[in-house]
Amino acid sequence: MKRHLISAADLSRGDALLILDTAEELASLADRPIKKLPTLRGRTVVNLFFEDSTRTRISFEAAAKRLSADVINFSAKGSSVGKGESLKDTALTLEAMGSDAVVIRHSASGAAHRLAGWVRGSVVNAGDGTHEHPTQALLDAFTIRRRLKGTGARGTGLDGIRVTIVGDVLHSRVARSNVLLLSTLGAEVTLTAPPTLLPLAVDTWPCAVSYDLDTELPKSDVVMMLRVQTERMTAAYFPSVREYSRRYGLDAARMGRLPDHAIVMHPGPMNRGVEIAAEVADSPRSMIVEQVANGVTTRMAVLYLLLGGTEFPAVAS
Amino acid sequence: MTAALSPRTGRGEAGGQISWLIRGAEIAGPGGRGTTDLLLAGGTVTAIGPGLSDAGAHVLDGAGLIALPGLVDLHTHLREPGREDAETVETGTRAAALGGFTAVHAMANTEPVADTAGVVEQVWRLGRAAGYCDVQPVGAVTVGLAGTRLAELGTMADSAAHVRVFSDDGRCVADPLLMRRALEYVKAFDGVIAQHAQDPRLTEGAQLNEGEISGRLGLAGWPAAAEEAIIARDCLLAAHVGSALHLCHVSTAGSAEIIRWAKSKGWPVTAEVTPHHLLLTDELAVGYDPVFKVNPPLRTAADVAELRRALADGTIDCVATDHAPHPVEAKETEWSQAAFGMTGLETALRVVQQAMVDTGLLDWPGVADRMSVRPARIGRLTGHGAPLAVGGPANLTLYDPAAPAEPVSTAGASKSRNTPFAGMPLPGRIVAVFLRGTPTVLDGKLA
Repeated sequence: MKRHLISAADLSRGDALLILDTAEELASLADRPIKKLPTLRGRTVVNLFFEDSTRTRISFEAAAKRLSADVINFSAKGSSVGKGESLKDTALTLEAMGSDAVVIRHSASGAAHRLAGWVRGSVVNAGDGTHEHPTQALLDAFTIRRRLKGTGARGTGLDGIRVTIVGDVLHSRVARSNVLLLSTLGAEVTLTAPPTLLPLAVDTWPCAVSYDLDTELPKSDVVMMLRVQTERMTAAYFPSVREYSRRYGLDAARMGRLPDHAIVMHPGPMNRGVEIAAEVADSPRSMIVEQVANGVTTRMAVLYLLLGGTEFPAVAS
Repeated sequence: MTAALSPRTGRGEAGGQISWLIRGAEIAGPGGRGTTDLLLAGGTVTAIGPGLSDAGAHVLDGAGLIALPGLVDLHTHLREPGREDAETVETGTRAAALGGFTAVHAMANTEPVADTAGVVEQVWRLGRAAGYCDVQPVGAVTVGLAGTRLAELGTMADSAAHVRVFSDDGRCVADPLLMRRALEYVKAFDGVIAQHAQDPRLTEGAQLNEGEISGRLGLAGWPAAAEEAIIARDCLLAAHVGSALHLCHVSTAGSAEIIRWAKSKGWPVTAEVTPHHLLLTDELAVGYDPVFKVNPPLRTAADVAELRRALADGTIDCVATDHAPHPVEAKETEWSQAAFGMTGLETALRVVQQAMVDTGLLDWPGVADRMSVRPARIGRLTGHGAPLAVGGPANLTLYDPAAPAEPVSTAGASKSRNTPFAGMPLPGRIVAVFLRGTPTVLDGKLA
């Protein structure tokens, strides 16, 4: 493993499989009465959140605590953007406090890159602007492999699995990381969105592109819906929420076009009734709650591997 | 030789100077045929030819050096008044001299904006006092660069600063009607409008050239068309009203193509390209280091190749630095919050050698034309940009193109360190610079 996890592109297939397999091992912990492992005892993990994201912060916090690391939550929201402390000064402060890993969420693309140049410990990107969110992609890959290939799929990738990612790809860090990671693992990824919400040079990405959701659904093993922000409408990315929903929303009728084994994913938070209908979100195909649970396990694996913790004595047998 | 050799005295004045004899340099320009001696006295070139002598003159060995007419920059941000933490007229003109320049045009986006006779005269006077090169203020086109109302262009033209170039640089004069009126109005005093071509709506929040790199990095894209659409529009307007249009920092292949077309019609259009757009590409943004963040953004290798070709064939008239100093904290930040801009005065000639001369695209007389003769003509500067000739002003730059490539240092004369070339080996060395016969630089250091 490298020292930092900033982009899904940093991960080779071997790296990615190691994380998924480690997560699989750690998942067995979740069913035990005592969930805690001593492997990161004495290490300090800082959650540095410049953007509100309770879900992601709690997920990282739970992951670090289950590995017995000390966790410092540093909510720096509002202290950026020209007033208050700069990112660099915050980094120097964290250095002085002796953190072993910094988990950073920031509204600016590249913030994790910049931070990695200023601290000695490991940097984990928990979402930087419209760039990447690599642990989300890892938990999605973990969820897909578990659901479609079972818990005994250690050592195997996602070869041949067809994943359709739907929505605001242009502004989505989840989509960027997933395209990179899922293609590294052998999945066939198709992006489906109105052309305004796709990057101009998307043809250089390792995936296919389609403007028509209905033709993609019958061919999909996984359909991943992205959150669409209604303010995109005012910037003329699409005419109205209703039209967006009509053309790219996943409702019950559309879900019916999926193969029987196919699953539905969403990184949350959802806009029910916009990109995903309530009956889809709450259906048995929906992996949304499972994704959250897998998020903790996958992040444990990342922290464990980055910080080089001791073996897992509790699960070694 | 009676006058003291001091950087603070005599410079800028024609009389009372010691004279200089430059031995065996090669003149780049029309009439440059092999090596020759040059005698500088009383602010002018008094003799050119082999075997000159003057018992009272300082002698400078010009062997291996190219003598260029003093370089002229059409596009410099000196930041004074208002942002003296980034640069002052004093430090900026020191940097200019070290880069081989004898005249710079100071852009209007200071605080307060150079939109009145008072501010342009202040900048002009600061330039006279600094003395390392001539400072020609550029006036704002619109009040406060706000793009709504014309500044008092005629008053600035009539002021002691004698403004002829007007620009809202940093911002585009986006309103087509206002642009038309500005172009028309400055005809009365032979003015030129220098446009920063950037459609504001197409570049809202834009961070980096829109393409493969911006998509991958998740940085908001800056489409080439946002520049090209304004350039096309303004070429049409310049033709319609018969007024001089200058296009600042052209950065795309498409812009060069439009300008080539406009010139083929005989329209009164000129253009500049920056050294960084001749050498660097958007690939450099992959580490998110904002030292590579600039407006207009770095483009693709295909754009760079086309800009070089357009400069070589004269479609693009000149190189202009867009020297944009910023304090450290404006760049040591997240990309999207960092300031746009790069320093460029001290590296411009070396970059041009690397990008244009060493590639065989331009010879040294061509460099003299693109970095001195044409920018002086576009800027309506007298006393600069004249090919080196007997009786002409003794503004010249002696350059050693064979000096081994040295990595660029951030420790220059500029107050700011935001050079994108830091650590990059660039060929050549500026050995000496003369402003009206007085050295501003000797042996590569400020005189």
